Amino acid sequence: MTDKRKARAVYDDEGMNYLQTIPRKVVVVYIPLAIFMFVLLFPFYFMGVVSFKSHAELLNYRGLQAFWIYEPTMEHIKHLLFETEYPRWLWNTMLVTVSSTFLSIFCAVCAAYAIERLRFKGSKYVGMSIFLAYLVPPSILFIPLAVMVFKLGVFDSNWALILTYPTILIPFCTWLLMGYFRSIPYELEECALVDGANRFQILTKIVLPLAVPGLISAGIFAFTLSWNEFIYALTFISSAENKTVPVAMITELITFDQYNWGGLMAGALIGSLPVAILYSFFVEHYVSSMTGAVKE
Amino acid sequence: MANAQTANGGTSVLTRWMNNRNLMGMLFMLPAGTILLIFLTYPLALGVWLGMTDVKVGRPGVFVGLENFAWLMEDSVFLLSVFNTFLYTIVASIIKFGLGLWLAIILNNNIPIKAFIRAIVLLPFIVPTVLSALAFWWIYDSQDSVLSWILIEMGVIDKTIDFLGDPNNARASVIAANIWRGIPFVAITLLAGLQTIPRTLYEAATIDGANEWQRFTRITFPLLTPIIAVVMTFSVLFTFTDFQLIWVMTRGGPINATHLMATLSYQRGIVGGALGEGAAIAVAMIPFLLAAILFSYFGLQNRKWQRGGRDD
Repeated sequence: MTDKRKARAVYDDEGMNYLQTIPRKVVVVYIPLAIFMFVLLFPFYFMGVVSFKSHAELLNYRGLQAFWIYEPTMEHIKHLLFETEYPRWLWNTMLVTVSSTFLSIFCAVCAAYAIERLRFKGSKYVGMSIFLAYLVPPSILFIPLAVMVFKLGVFDSNWALILTYPTILIPFCTWLLMGYFRSIPYELEECALVDGANRFQILTKIVLPLAVPGLISAGIFAFTLSWNEFIYALTFISSAENKTVPVAMITELITFDQYNWGGLMAGALIGSLPVAILYSFFVEHYVSSMTGAVKE
Repeated sequence: MANAQTANGGTSVLTRWMNNRNLMGMLFMLPAGTILLIFLTYPLALGVWLGMTDVKVGRPGVFVGLENFAWLMEDSVFLLSVFNTFLYTIVASIIKFGLGLWLAIILNNNIPIKAFIRAIVLLPFIVPTVLSALAFWWIYDSQDSVLSWILIEMGVIDKTIDFLGDPNNARASVIAANIWRGIPFVAITLLAGLQTIPRTLYEAATIDGANEWQRFTRITFPLLTPIIAVVMTFSVLFTFTDFQLIWVMTRGGPINATHLMATLSYQRGIVGGALGEGAAIAVAMIPFLLAAILFSYFGLQNRKWQRGGRDD
């Protein structure tokens, strides 16, 4: 399979490329690409630069000063990690994200297997409604959910988020895993059934090992989604020590008399790192999960 | 023989259950179904109900029918927020689509270190929106804006631009930030679509004398429409219900110029405590979302064959 694809790729690479002259390719491809990259990376560059600049240097813009750090300093990061509750917020975010991701993956695996493989009566409609559930945005649910969360007595606790994040994650993960399960041959399951395995054994011993790439894709996508979640966390959490990083950055770190840009950018940088690191290891899975969900 | 059967009596009932598709289906659906019914379907209905009451924080409300909606229809701030939402969604989506498609076509060329470039392109999409919105907030700051300073140094302008203080500037600024955030998603998904188009089609067209523009309009675009329909539906959906970018950068200001329906709903419902009214604003978004979903559904249905796929 891989060899075949590679062979095709080589053949395709040759394609009609000889028709493109180098100056033309520079104008049509490389220059626009460079501009795109510049614009897309511009904010991150400054996030990094500002995080390590001293207060004095931040206010000084002359010439190309803004683009470079002349006296790098760790004071913002030190302040953030040792004089604010930032580590606590990071911990909250991590706890909520990991729990809701695992909960969602468990639910999604069961649901996707049921819809795609057990094909129970009405499974088609259930599959359809799962897709529709994916299209329900959090911005229309947060008020009723806030009322429910309050009545359930989990307001202002991590549980409020662990229980509500799966509503965003399960539909997506189920939809993605359904695609992966579909690609596993029925014959494998039939063999196992003949050999006397029950459904749970088939799922855990045959289907899941074969769907590992799908599990990783769904897992990291769910992780990123819940790490980035903002509106539920903003609504359901009120005390500083329970906040997640995105919410705490907005509500706790911004003091309106004087903006502490260095601290804010350092917080943004550190808060982005976990997803960025995870992402850098699993780029391919990430792309496949993003495009997979759309292609279905 | 008979003994063996009786000995296995207990398990055989279990086995029969285990082989019953419907029963097992129900069992496997239970965890996801419970969570989704309790925390998604029920709140959706509760939201519609709340929209028809005058509940406030700490005060149970009474049913007021469509009064909230009637009020909203005469509320100039709400109407402004509807206008803003449409402006934001339409302008941002069109530009995101144009630039995203362009970037996808560029990336579809033979470029060295393509995988690395693609990974970098996706960064704005994976980094938490709130945190990149903070970076934009700094870029747009009224006094310390790096953009203003660059333009001043280049001699384009002579005093700093008030990006987020002036209503129209603020609208343009938040739209620009949204476009920045949305391009990677559009570009990478469309790139995946572009890669499924067989190159032989282009070769055949070239031999027949088609120029680049003709190849784009007659091959690329028609074959890409199913994916474009889905991608743009998602894009429109998420732009329409956007909350984070606005809340971080402007909180709906200046003078409500950037209030979207979602931010107004939060402002009234949670900050102001008028849960009923906030829910009504949120419910008012549903018809538009349904329209977008139906558009996607029919867009998909008609054109499945174009990808060479079978209608199954």
